[in-house]
Amino acid sequence: MKITVNGTATEVAAVRLDAILIELGHGDAKVATAVNEDFVPASLRATRELSSGDRLEIVAPRQGG
Amino acid sequence: MPVFYGTEVTSRLMLGTAQYPSPAILADAFRQSKAGIATVSVRREAGCDKAGQDFWTLIEELGVNVLPNTAGCHTVREAVTTAHMARELFNTPWIKLEVIGHADTLQPDPFALVEAARILTEDGFQVFPYCTEDLILGEKLLTAGCEVLMPWGAPIGSGLGLNNVYGLRSMRAHFPDVPMVIDAGLGLPSQAAHAIELGYDAVLLNTAVAKAGDPAAMAKGFALAVEAGALAHAADPMEPRDMAAPSTPVLGKAFLE
Repeated sequence: MKITVNGTATEVAAVRLDAILIELGHGDAKVATAVNEDFVPASLRATRELSSGDRLEIVAPRQGG
Repeated sequence: MPVFYGTEVTSRLMLGTAQYPSPAILADAFRQSKAGIATVSVRREAGCDKAGQDFWTLIEELGVNVLPNTAGCHTVREAVTTAHMARELFNTPWIKLEVIGHADTLQPDPFALVEAARILTEDGFQVFPYCTEDLILGEKLLTAGCEVLMPWGAPIGSGLGLNNVYGLRSMRAHFPDVPMVIDAGLGLPSQAAHAIELGYDAVLLNTAVAKAGDPAAMAKGFALAVEAGALAHAADPMEPRDMAAPSTPVLGKAFLE
């Protein structure tokens, strides 16, 4: 299915968020997620399924002021 | 030293982690600054770059408290979602809440700021709101659950210093028991000293150090400035006066024609 990952249209085979993260190369990386602008905690990734057209944000620690 | 939400920090200087020429220079600047709190952010990450983990390792080695921000957020929903992602990544209830209201001045949207602060406080966050020196806004943020206020000195990254000394002095007097931080707009150590002399508990800055020709030296300058400011504030400064008053005794002066 086609979803938007960090603003870019992306084709993914997986449906569950935890599997999508592995498919996209994040594995056990230190990242946080939001789907359609709502935060999805790491503890809920295994049960959160995405649909075609969903917007996924994947963020990590960065420099800030 | 300042106490924020029950945590006493080791310095009156809070330092940002952005815009340094290199990670090594960032680390050196932090060592010289003796800052007790580092501000950080969350940003998009691609699966291949792993930059987040590298940055997190660097921050952990600094051994300071981490204050994540919601920089760049313009709406309540955006700020709240970003805060939740930051809490999970950095494992802290602290959040520097920025809800920007104007693209040119980066001044906060006071209405959205209060609403986001209320939501986040109810969710267990300990909110450090980036605000203006408006007293009513300060009162509403405290009512929303904030236990710290962080009025700007000047627009973010401007280096203009304390644009409204009267307003900042009024705010300090109006909220005598609230920990308060001057956040943003400082460019020089003298401005940081002034903020602490006014009675502010700490200053938060980034660009002034990161964009200096020698960030480590500037960081040390700010460290000394906040220490000087605190000594001066505690020493009960003299009252300014309009007329001159000779400091050398007039009595006993020789009469020489």
